[in-house]
Amino acid sequence: MIDLLTTKYNYIAAILLMAGGLYMVIGDRNLVKKVIGMNLFQTGIFLFFITTAFVEGGEPPVIQEGVETYVSPLPHVLILTAIVVGVSLTAVALTLIIRIYSEYGTLREDVITEMETDD
Amino acid sequence: MTDAIVLAVVVPIFGAMLSMIAGLRFDRSGWTVAALTCLAQLGTALAILYTVVQDGTQRYELAGFTPPEGIELVADGLSAPVIVLVATVSLAVVVYARQAGPRGNAFYTLYLLLVGGLAGVTLTGDIFNMYVFLEITGLAAYALVASGDSTESAVAGLKYLILGTIGASLFLLGAGYAYIATGTLNMVDLSEQLAAAGYGSRLVLGAFGLLVTGLLVKVALFPVHTWQPGAYSNAPDSVSVYISALVSTVAAYAVARVLYTVFTPEFFTANPIAQTALVYAAAVSIIAGSVLAVLQRDLKRMLAYSSVSQFGMVVAGFALLSQSAAVGGVIHLIGHAVLKGGLFAAVGVVAAQTGARSIDEYAGLASRAPLSAGLVAVLGLSLVGVPPSVGFVGKFYIAVGAVETGTWPIAAVIFASTVLTLAYFARIIERMYFAQPAVEPSSDGAVAVDVGDGVSADGGEEIHSSAGASPEMVAVVVVAAVAAVTLGFAGSAIESFLEPTLVEVFG
Repeated sequence: MIDLLTTKYNYIAAILLMAGGLYMVIGDRNLVKKVIGMNLFQTGIFLFFITTAFVEGGEPPVIQEGVETYVSPLPHVLILTAIVVGVSLTAVALTLIIRIYSEYGTLREDVITEMETDD
Repeated sequence: MTDAIVLAVVVPIFGAMLSMIAGLRFDRSGWTVAALTCLAQLGTALAILYTVVQDGTQRYELAGFTPPEGIELVADGLSAPVIVLVATVSLAVVVYARQAGPRGNAFYTLYLLLVGGLAGVTLTGDIFNMYVFLEITGLAAYALVASGDSTESAVAGLKYLILGTIGASLFLLGAGYAYIATGTLNMVDLSEQLAAAGYGSRLVLGAFGLLVTGLLVKVALFPVHTWQPGAYSNAPDSVSVYISALVSTVAAYAVARVLYTVFTPEFFTANPIAQTALVYAAAVSIIAGSVLAVLQRDLKRMLAYSSVSQFGMVVAGFALLSQSAAVGGVIHLIGHAVLKGGLFAAVGVVAAQTGARSIDEYAGLASRAPLSAGLVAVLGLSLVGVPPSVGFVGKFYIAVGAVETGTWPIAAVIFASTVLTLAYFARIIERMYFAQPAVEPSSDGAVAVDVGDGVSADGGEEIHSSAGASPEMVAVVVVAAVAAVTLGFAGSAIESFLEPTLVEVFG
């Protein structure tokens, strides 16, 4: 157990981020917190990818003289793309939330559902 | 001719930028740009189909990097019909949207971005590239759903965004697992490397579960369908037509890609539980979707739940892993897109003509709008599966596949769902043809007011009762209805076209 914590802590952090994020998306009634949860979930996945790129004793993947081992560059590139996607999604989500707030005057999902069924 | 493959993706994305830039100068240029772009894309799609028919599978290496390191676009027997479907429906919806709205260059920019994303998902041969295109598709779709006037549309868009993102993130995690297990992201290369890594490996099993679950959220199978009815029913009519016809369709196509190209039937021979789980999840979706559809009063909502059921059938067709069922899956995929798109378009036409949106308001529609009522009836009966329509052919092949593989419960479920589908469409047909227009105090007055609202909002001419629906809108529905019947006769042609690709998969 201690061994797992000291050697695989990155994976544990990734799992905690994902589980916490997913719980926030499902369990929280505040729409902004749902979006934060969604971001946490994605961040967990990003961390997971980056961790898998690690090579024992590897240098950052920029070619230098006299360096033999580099960490794998591909996951970094993939995650760079995924981060861009995540930022655009957050931007769209926040835009929608601003519109929802200006129309309903609240960010609580249950209150909004109640107002919708009343119509 | 392989250039057509990359053009089919690039042209719409370029058109999206053009629409945005042109909008700075010319207010109403969006429709023209979109129409020309979709026309050009249809041309490239037909060119792709022609080359695939002539010379078989075509591959295009992006930026000259050789696969498996580089990203490739692939047109084969499975992706060619889907790209033609995407291009055709895109053009039809542009024609429909001219009168139905929404207007403005912002709408057409998002629309063309969505077209480009769908084309990308269809043609890509790289699993990470598929994730990126899925997210482009999603991003444009969320914004389009939220572009409705009603306050609910923003809420529906946000709900769709959150669930869709979780689904896509699961897909990304699955791609990560597959990459760790094999060190490659190219689909064809993955199929070999996954076999080498061992189908029993936990990484490979994890990758399968995450990739498929992520895609099923996008397909909207029960119980992860919860974003879908709100998104379909609160979006503007043109957007409902488009996303109901294509967005889930392309996600279901991606499921077939992952099952057949990446994991191959041997994976399921090694892990029968994976197949069983998928087939029964689809069966539950077929029944649950139909039952929920029967309970709805709002037409668009009912059609949305009906999609949950029909996509269950498509996924079951793919997951049965028999050649007949796979043919049925593809035919039903294309047929459902035509039928459901046509039905949503018809609902939009009826709403523009009479203001009717719920099943009760459809009472006596046959005498008020005979053509629209007839079209709804034809499309509805095709979806039920009355021969010779395309709805029948797809279900028939899937049922044959279920019997061939000895999966009797699926055959029974398909039959039960047909009865339930008949139950909800028969109710509409009964209302339209045999019921008197409602005499309750509210409806008639409300209908009259709605007509006025519809006209002023659309700004169309106000001379006759169908002022809100332009001839082009009706024409799009007529084309869909004709296609629904004629595609039914093309069943065996589609089968022989798919055969070389499927023989490669099933051996």
